[in-house]
Amino acid sequence: MLEINCPYCGPRFETEFSYGGEAHIERPKDSENLSDEEWGEYVFMNSNTKGVFLERWVHTSGCRRWFNVARDTVSYKILAVYETGTEPPELDLRKDV
Amino acid sequence: MKSRYSIFSLMRNALSYHEKWPEAWRSPEPKSSYDVVIVGGGGHGLATAYYLAKVHGIRNVAVIERGWLGGGNTGRNTTIVRSNYLWDESAGLYEHAMKLWEGLSQELNYNVMFSQRGVMNLAHNQQDLRDIARRVNANRLNGIDSEFLTPHQIKDLVPIIDLRGNGRYPVLGASNQRRGGTARHDAVAWGYARRADEHGVDIIQECPVNGFEIENGKVTGVQTAKGLIKAKKVGVVVAGHSSVTAEMAGIRLPLVSHPLQALVSEPVKPVIDTVVMSNAIHAYISQSDKGELVIGAGVDKYVGYGQRGSLPVTEETLAAVCELFPSLKRMRMMRQWGGIVDTCPDASPIISKTPVDGFFINCGWGTGGFKATPGSGWVFADTIANDRPHPLNEAFSLERFNSGYLVDEHGAAAVAH
Repeated sequence: MLEINCPYCGPRFETEFSYGGEAHIERPKDSENLSDEEWGEYVFMNSNTKGVFLERWVHTSGCRRWFNVARDTVSYKILAVYETGTEPPELDLRKDV
Repeated sequence: MKSRYSIFSLMRNALSYHEKWPEAWRSPEPKSSYDVVIVGGGGHGLATAYYLAKVHGIRNVAVIERGWLGGGNTGRNTTIVRSNYLWDESAGLYEHAMKLWEGLSQELNYNVMFSQRGVMNLAHNQQDLRDIARRVNANRLNGIDSEFLTPHQIKDLVPIIDLRGNGRYPVLGASNQRRGGTARHDAVAWGYARRADEHGVDIIQECPVNGFEIENGKVTGVQTAKGLIKAKKVGVVVAGHSSVTAEMAGIRLPLVSHPLQALVSEPVKPVIDTVVMSNAIHAYISQSDKGELVIGAGVDKYVGYGQRGSLPVTEETLAAVCELFPSLKRMRMMRQWGGIVDTCPDASPIISKTPVDGFFINCGWGTGGFKATPGSGWVFADTIANDRPHPLNEAFSLERFNSGYLVDEHGAAAVAH
């Protein structure tokens, strides 16, 4: 069970949250000019990082607000929690193989 | 040719107290180059190597495994085999696998304990019923045995089920595939390994891959812990680590790796002689030959590579099992574990060529790859040998995420993700 420190409500159990996948994916601005490959990349492709992963969570059973989390996907340790729309804190974005 | 396993070899070895069985496969040092290197020594990778050697006559093949054979998802699944998928593309692929399963023990001269005890998918509400009826009909149109069961027929087959689901999960009907069932998962890896080895395939364990040699857009070798191994073609079948491995070749995949959990109970006398699955509430259950109840749980919603899952997932599954089978409430669970599954956006696999020449990928099986092991290896070997997809896996290309031709099997996949 993860304990996630909601930036608005404080530490709560994982079961109160829903997962939003990879963070910092921007919707392409000139969408009418995108090729099929570029759309495929935006819609489907995923970093799926083994190591430190930047991801989105929403506090579904609490304040219902979205925020970002930096989490180690091997140890599952949460390294940082930060607000949506802000840059991630300085972290060693380690990738394992 | 190694000695065949038979009643006579069993008796002969009994005389020496079973201490003189020959090794089932060699453990050679890697050669400096191969025609084909398969990365990943699970069931799918070993099957690929076997069919490359047997069907296509390509015997200069190595299987490279970072751990031990079948130590990943091959040894962590709940051993269920079925082919009742909705779309024609999937029906072709999974039914091909099913037909290979039916002769596999003879083919491999290795008892994979394939037991066609039937697989049942329960419906708990009106929409489930409609979905199941649609899938049963689609299966039958594709020549796959599938039938609809009424609650009374379910009760006849599974006496311990509570059709009222304790009032919470009423059982309104089920689909049933009688040719479905279970198989001994380790034996599948061992059987393929032994036969592949017999055909000259080198199986190299405890040898992690660190990168790929790529020249002018063509793969030329694999960097491993045991040095550079040159290869004309490379096939990657590494399940949960597919994204990580493909990234070494500069290829991005649409996968998300989740921990998927399973557990077994203490062994008891036979109480259930079929497989009961309930997609809606994440409970599925069968009984092993040893008497343990084998229970499949759900995935953790987040990306995870830790080969373990979190408690709320097992708790939810066991709560549902207790509602459906009240007599199991006092059972104790013996072991619980997790495997890393590579889920794909459309719950269908990717068996495909890639932008890198000579570099092939077989991944995205997600929560249901075991059932397809023989078929997956068979079509992947064909794809690698002929440098083009076999008609059975043409629809499962990486290209479909650009064209939008997805094969949506979320309804037929047992575990929602």
